Amino acid sequence: MTGEQIIFLVVALFTLGSGFMVVTTGNLVHAALWLVSTLFGVAVTYALLNASFLAVVQVVVYIGAIAILFIFAVMLTRKDMRDQGPQMNKNWWIGALLAVMTFGGLVALLQGWSGLSKTVSAIPTGFDAVTELGTELVSPAGYVLPFEVASVLLVAALVGAVYVAFNRK
Amino acid sequence: MTTETLIWLIPLPPILAFFLIVLLTNKSKTLSHTVGVGAAFLSWVVSMFVFVRALGVEHLGEEPFTSSINWLPTGNTWLKIGVLIDPLGAAVLFFVSITILMIFLYSVGYHNFGQPAGDHDRKGLPPHGATVEEHGHKHVVPSVEPMYSRFFAFLALFAFGMYVLVVSDNLLTMFVGWEIMGLCSYLLIGFWYGKESARNAAIKAFMTTRIGDVFMLLGIAFLYSATGTLTFREIFREETLHALASVPSIWGFSTAGIIALLLFIGTVGKSAQFPLHVWLPDAMEGPTPVSAMIHAATMVSAGVYAVIRMFPLLSLDPKTMSVVAFIGAFTALFAATIAVAQNDIKRVLAYSTISQLGFMIAALGVGAYIAAVFHLITHAFFKALLFLGSGSVIHGMEHGVLHTGNHDVDPQDMFNMGGLKNKMPITFWTFLIGGFALSGFPIITAGFWSKDEIFADAFANGHIVVFITLATAAFLTAFYTMRQITLTFLGEPRTKEAEHAQETPWTMTTPLVILAFFAVTYGWVGIPEHFPALGGLVPNWFHEFVGGTLAEHPEVIEFSWIPLLTSLVVALGGLTLGYFVYRNVNSPAEDRLQIPVLKNKWYFDEIYDFLFVKPATWFAETFVYKWMDKGVIDGVLHIFGPITQGLGTIIRNYIDLPIINRLIGDGSADVTYWFGGKLRAVQTGRVQQYLIFALVTFVAIGAVLFAFGLLA
Amino acid sequence: MVPLSWYLIFAAALFSIGLFGVLSRRNAVAILLGIELMLNAVNINLAAFWRYGNVMDMTGQVFAIIVFAVAAAEVSVGLALVISVYRRRNTVVADEIDMMKW
Repeated sequence: MTGEQIIFLVVALFTLGSGFMVVTTGNLVHAALWLVSTLFGVAVTYALLNASFLAVVQVVVYIGAIAILFIFAVMLTRKDMRDQGPQMNKNWWIGALLAVMTFGGLVALLQGWSGLSKTVSAIPTGFDAVTELGTELVSPAGYVLPFEVASVLLVAALVGAVYVAFNRK
Repeated sequence: MTTETLIWLIPLPPILAFFLIVLLTNKSKTLSHTVGVGAAFLSWVVSMFVFVRALGVEHLGEEPFTSSINWLPTGNTWLKIGVLIDPLGAAVLFFVSITILMIFLYSVGYHNFGQPAGDHDRKGLPPHGATVEEHGHKHVVPSVEPMYSRFFAFLALFAFGMYVLVVSDNLLTMFVGWEIMGLCSYLLIGFWYGKESARNAAIKAFMTTRIGDVFMLLGIAFLYSATGTLTFREIFREETLHALASVPSIWGFSTAGIIALLLFIGTVGKSAQFPLHVWLPDAMEGPTPVSAMIHAATMVSAGVYAVIRMFPLLSLDPKTMSVVAFIGAFTALFAATIAVAQNDIKRVLAYSTISQLGFMIAALGVGAYIAAVFHLITHAFFKALLFLGSGSVIHGMEHGVLHTGNHDVDPQDMFNMGGLKNKMPITFWTFLIGGFALSGFPIITAGFWSKDEIFADAFANGHIVVFITLATAAFLTAFYTMRQITLTFLGEPRTKEAEHAQETPWTMTTPLVILAFFAVTYGWVGIPEHFPALGGLVPNWFHEFVGGTLAEHPEVIEFSWIPLLTSLVVALGGLTLGYFVYRNVNSPAEDRLQIPVLKNKWYFDEIYDFLFVKPATWFAETFVYKWMDKGVIDGVLHIFGPITQGLGTIIRNYIDLPIINRLIGDGSADVTYWFGGKLRAVQTGRVQQYLIFALVTFVAIGAVLFAFGLLA
Repeated sequence: MVPLSWYLIFAAALFSIGLFGVLSRRNAVAILLGIELMLNAVNINLAAFWRYGNVMDMTGQVFAIIVFAVAAAEVSVGLALVISVYRRRNTVVADEIDMMKW
């Protein structure tokens, strides 16, 4: 087992464990915090994959904004400071079953694919992924259109969220 | 235009007039009578044209004017119809056209054209007078007939029927004209349909002539089946006649005899011979021009004309001839006996017509062909004259009735008249001429010549019984005619109404004068050759001309003094006796001939009523109507109703409501509702449940596809 | 020398965990947490395929960036909705928000 593999395994287990805690813990604030740790694990995974920009953006956007937002939402929707009742609904075992079956199904599908045991190829020297990503994002021959549309989407979400959650008192 | 085309055109103006009046000019009296009289005049002109041309043809009998068309396809052959003017046709055409024209003209005045509309005149009743103010003084004048145009329309249709009968060359169209006249007699006798007596008389006339028509139709059918043709000239061919005469039929008659007998029964009906004579006196209910038309000029003459036409067929069987002669002679005497007891001026003339027709039929029965035709023509003239004259008298009397306002006085009763000679001179003189012609006044009246010829023929051929019967009838004829003239015109007026009688307008007296002319002069075209002194001066044109119709020209009768003397005695004797008896009779009570049996027409109407009318009425009312129609037929229908209704109720209550409505209709609705209720539970509104459902389905489909190897 | 399959299996597991959370949690906010896990799993997949495929082709990363934006938008609107529903009905239990039914 090479060093890379060990690091990867540790990170993966950490992330999966945190994810599991997200979905099982009774206390919602705890769940949000476990989400933070999961997101952090995912950021490390990005770094492992040499997607440095994605790792940074993950931390800044997901953890810095979205997780915080979750905590806010949890705070705002608590009747009192204690959690109430069970956190799993009546038919949680169907959900579990389905999750297992999905996992099994995905893995089974993957087995039939030849390129599964590919190994990573080296990054060519002088290739700066971030610069290249930036160029791609704004070049007309590239992905400027999806980029702009995504920004419009964000504007719409912004307006929508404000409107929906507006307190008309 | 050829003569044949002209002959086709003769019946056309009257039928056009009929349609024009009915469809267009009904509202305008002037237009209607102009169209009617104009049509009669036009037909008269064309008829005269044809007649004159016919006179100019030598041997018209062998080569008559004839034209026919293929009409009805009958297998490989055609039934043809067409026109024929042989000498008989020409002679008949002459008198028919002129009498019809005179009657049309007369009707204008008779129906009081130009007079104001009546005070309370209604359509269907005779007009009753209008009150007019003149110099501040009211009096009642005759009013115009409300149904004026209709009269001319019917008269035109009648004229059409007669013309068709006269010009036709075959039995079929002759029968068509015959029936049209039957219809018109119904329409015209019942012209004043508001009167019940007129309605009954119309039905009686139609029914009685119809009985005769049925037998005639049988005869026509028999003839057609025996010979295969209905055209006169083809029937009267030597071979055909011979064939018909030799084939025997029932009761000892030959085929020709039976056919002729059947056709003769048609004439018995139409010409009111015994026993079908009962309709003619009642037909006096119609207006006087109708009586003149029907009983002088056209309809009854049509009956005799039919027998004359079929004479070649008739003369083949001596048995049929005897039947014909018997009925003719019997009727002549029978009707004359009734006429002497009648008080209504028109009834006398009616029975007189029956009697004179009997003369003609008897003449044919003894083989006196020319005499019969001659008498037919002269009778038409003087009988039309007498009828129109009687109409004139009645008109004058009505004037008196309107003057006195006494409507209980019958203007037609001769015992209410008297002394009209001075009040209505033209009518008197023309009526006198007509009456003398009817009686057979010697030399100067046409009736003498024709009657004398009948006597001569009968005597010469040895039919003594017929001769004596006819002589007796002639005596009675002269007697009642003079009775009529005496009571009506001579002496003093017996009532106030007669005192106030007036002469009638020119439209009525002019035809009288014209007809009187013919009543006098027509006899001179048929003076027998061997007549003492006068015979031979003027050729017997009539005998030559009309005789040419028959295949064998009838021989000239040898002169004998006995018939001549007999006819002189009966005529003059009857006239004198009538005058002397009746110049002092002023009321029915004084009249010794008012014997009940004679007055009531030998009770034949009552006999027929008992024998035929009552059973027929019972049959119609009780048997057919009550028992069959209401009982049986309606009964069956009344069964169907409840059955259907019951069936319907059963179907409704046992099938429709429980099965179709509840089971199928409501049932399916309930089932659907129940299912819907159960299925609703799926939609819980919970998102997670929806997601689970979606994923389960997704996985299931994925597994299925994977198992089938469709997934990579 | 981490083979691609490890990354993919890792992403699949994270995805399944997130799916479990979506289907089984009572609280509506917790459901959204599960959705976030699923989106992150997808992103890992994309990044892995980028790295183990043609590195010069930035499509994978661009796709992942877009997914970020979409996730952010979705979370904000979703939480706004949850908050709004909470204000109205005073509950965040998903099973109790069941008005869209017959």
